[in-house]
Amino acid sequence: MDTSTQITDAPPPAQPPAVDKRAARGATRPGDRIFLGLSRGSGILLLVIMAAIAAFLTYRASLAISKDEGNFLTTFEWNTNAVPPVFGIAVLAFGTVVSSIIAMVIAVPIAVAIALFLTHYAPRRLSGPIAYVIDLLAAVPSIVYGLWGALILVPHMNGLFGWLNDYLGWTGVFSWEGGAPRSMLTVGILLAIMILPIITNVSREVFRQVPQMHEEAALALGATRWEVIRMAVLPFGRSGVISASMLGLGRALGETMAVATVLSPTFDIQASLLDPGGGTFAQNIASKFGEASVFGQDALIASGLVLFVITLLVNGAARAIIARRKEYSGANA
Amino acid sequence: MAKRIDVSGLTAYYGSHKAIEDISMTVEPRSVTAFIGPSGCGKSTFLRTLNRMHEVTSGGRVEGKVLLDDEDLYGSGIDPVSVRREVGMVFQRPNPFPTMSIFDNVAAGLRLNGNYKKSELSDVVEKSLKGANLWNEVKDRLNKPGSGLSGGQQQRLCIARAIAVEPNVLLMDEPCSALDPISTLAIEDLIGELKERFTIVIVTHNMQQAARVSDRTAFFNLSAVGQPGKLIEIDDTERIFSNPSVQATEDYISGRFG
Repeated sequence: MDTSTQITDAPPPAQPPAVDKRAARGATRPGDRIFLGLSRGSGILLLVIMAAIAAFLTYRASLAISKDEGNFLTTFEWNTNAVPPVFGIAVLAFGTVVSSIIAMVIAVPIAVAIALFLTHYAPRRLSGPIAYVIDLLAAVPSIVYGLWGALILVPHMNGLFGWLNDYLGWTGVFSWEGGAPRSMLTVGILLAIMILPIITNVSREVFRQVPQMHEEAALALGATRWEVIRMAVLPFGRSGVISASMLGLGRALGETMAVATVLSPTFDIQASLLDPGGGTFAQNIASKFGEASVFGQDALIASGLVLFVITLLVNGAARAIIARRKEYSGANA
Repeated sequence: MAKRIDVSGLTAYYGSHKAIEDISMTVEPRSVTAFIGPSGCGKSTFLRTLNRMHEVTSGGRVEGKVLLDDEDLYGSGIDPVSVRREVGMVFQRPNPFPTMSIFDNVAAGLRLNGNYKKSELSDVVEKSLKGANLWNEVKDRLNKPGSGLSGGQQQRLCIARAIAVEPNVLLMDEPCSALDPISTLAIEDLIGELKERFTIVIVTHNMQQAARVSDRTAFFNLSAVGQPGKLIEIDDTERIFSNPSVQATEDYISGRFG
């Protein structure tokens, strides 16, 4: 018995160490080598693409920013044909962030509620069709959302805007001077509808994966259905919901056509979410790129670089939030 | 506190499938009753009918009566949630809440039941962890996640969580089957201590374990696959393992089973 274990455990001393090392890496068989090459190549390709995008954006942006007479970050103007050119991203950064925040505030709670309903409340024959309809929402092209927003949503916002102005107008954030409701709030609501499916679907998958034993643990303690969700489902799904929200936020930050169709853009910041005006990075690029000079394009690319950085920062922040409570996540259960 | 369980004519279904049929038995307070029998004989299903966890499974339903002292758990107007607060349960695989600390795991049931002051919670948590023979091992890391403990410690944490709400009955569904022998011994010792305070019912596949920990043993069997499981006999553990009155029980215990 002893000798037999020795033979299987210890490598024959005659074998050269180089072969051993390769065996440990699992790359001796052709299939393994090919797969290793493919997967490693894909990983490297991704990094190369990201680096290339960043390099392109940075190069073209630097051409523009070096000639900008205004402060690129704080100027409330976009006039690339002026001599000297004056442009800045303050309005765009504000509009992009504000419209996305509105969209998240509206969409995340609704999406989580829908996902919980589908996984824990709805009877199975109902949850399938509902999930399918939500998937369909994700398949609608954004220009269709834009048209719907401009033709249907905007004319119907007057009632809501009047109500908000009556009761919350004193805050300043919800005051309304009676202009067409092509404002940040309308854009935010439209974006919320657009990002709802992705957040709902990812959250639903996460909630579905909550191990039954955790839900039973809560049930056996005498938890009601809501308490089971609070004790076992939501904490387990927390990081997944954050990831889902980040996917949605990414879409909201970069959404172009729907915003461009609904918003009536101006190059100033409205204190009220209800008064028309403002702009977002993507909307501004889309509406100006066609007629821009080469220099004008560089300036728009510079604004694109800022959007790129904002998106990276948001993703980084989300990862930090998830990592901070890693040891409490369901992953090590 | 510890209550008597009186089951009569209990039949449980999964959809149209009859899982167990016409089971009647009495479980005395402050005793340990072990359920043994081959896989699929319905002993776990029966255990889960005792705290109305069976009906959580889709299609699960129950006919018959389960009296806890004089209260019918399946009577009309009885809330299954309140039943489960009276009848605690420990599962096969240790299942502490992974997102909660050790302290919060033990306090979880109390927090469901109402508002407690921080000091009250601390007292109960300490008492429960001591009751589960876990206090000395975790007292310095109560704020660490429960999932960082070993399997045996996690299972004792689950027991602490279950006894923290002072249930009348403690159900254990193969509590040691995922544990090593040392951890198993720790749980078995604990069961011996807990029966001073609780009525305990334990499902086990390990017949030595049943012989070691229980006062009474119930043998379940099914006549064929797809047929409902039935209670063959229930008697003092000593008698079941030395001189059972039914031949099938003796065959099963002596390993002569088909």
